[in-house]
Amino acid sequence: MDPATWIAIASIVTAGLTIAIGSIGPALAEGRAAAQALQALAQQPDASDTITRTLFVSLAMIESTAIYCFVVSMILIFANPFTGGG
Amino acid sequence: MEISPDAWVIFEWRGLQLTATVVFTWAVMALLVIGSWAVTARISEGETVSRWQVMLEVIVTRIRDQIDEVGAETPERYLPFIGTLFLFIATANLLTIVPGYQPPTGSLSTTAALAICVLIAVPLFSIAKRGLWAYLKTYIRPTPFMLPFNIISEASRTLALAIRLYGNVMSGTVIVGILISVAPFFFPVLLQLLGLLTGLVQAYIFAILAMVYIASASQSRKDADEARNTETEQGD
Repeated sequence: MDPATWIAIASIVTAGLTIAIGSIGPALAEGRAAAQALQALAQQPDASDTITRTLFVSLAMIESTAIYCFVVSMILIFANPFTGGG
Repeated sequence: MEISPDAWVIFEWRGLQLTATVVFTWAVMALLVIGSWAVTARISEGETVSRWQVMLEVIVTRIRDQIDEVGAETPERYLPFIGTLFLFIATANLLTIVPGYQPPTGSLSTTAALAICVLIAVPLFSIAKRGLWAYLKTYIRPTPFMLPFNIISEASRTLALAIRLYGNVMSGTVIVGILISVAPFFFPVLLQLLGLLTGLVQAYIFAILAMVYIASASQSRKDADEARNTETEQGD
């Protein structure tokens, strides 16, 4: 096989691994954040405005780690620098 | 497959390329400017208020309240900047319901430009409020050893701001594009609905994070202590 094929294989496998491993952490973290927020909401319904706002902001910040992995895997598949942007 | 509207050239004139990003950014800008101009031209303070004016008033007071809750003392100072960021990103993301439209926020150039605006606005607001020396001193707090880390955090949060918005919007477009070829009609519609929600949430997050950065840089330690003291006094 020529080098280009090997690069393609490596890119695809790495892209899959990136998104697979990279989504485990954020998934656990988001579940934990949501569970804690629900608990706080049940204990203090008066503070729901603050809790909801903080929850949204923190969920987005946690999710951005998964998004970084997604961006990297998209670059590997669609804009790989080693295959001439193929 | 195109993963960014940068690759879609709409118009070319003597090597000058006009990409979809620029064209749709102009479209969003024109929509916002003409829309708000048309409403504010016929603004009234009387008893009868047009429904468009009510809509604008609701949006503006809502943004003002949100800025107030983040902890800025004078929300009016930050309202134009934060409000513009929010309205631009929200409109750019929500217009995806129009067929043929590609969100300009799905291009890294647009989001990087917005993040650089925040990067520049943070010291500007801070210096305007507390002076140059007090701003520079925030870099060596709590100890001078923290100087490199403070500078790194400044750069990395700008990068994170840009990549977060870009990744979220781009992922929506790409997933819909992939699903159209795999399972046409039903799933793409559902995911596009989800994309509308994410787009609005991301616009909110971008504006709130910009406000948090500005507030943390422009709030002196004395002010924070005083605010905390008055809060506890009110609590008693």
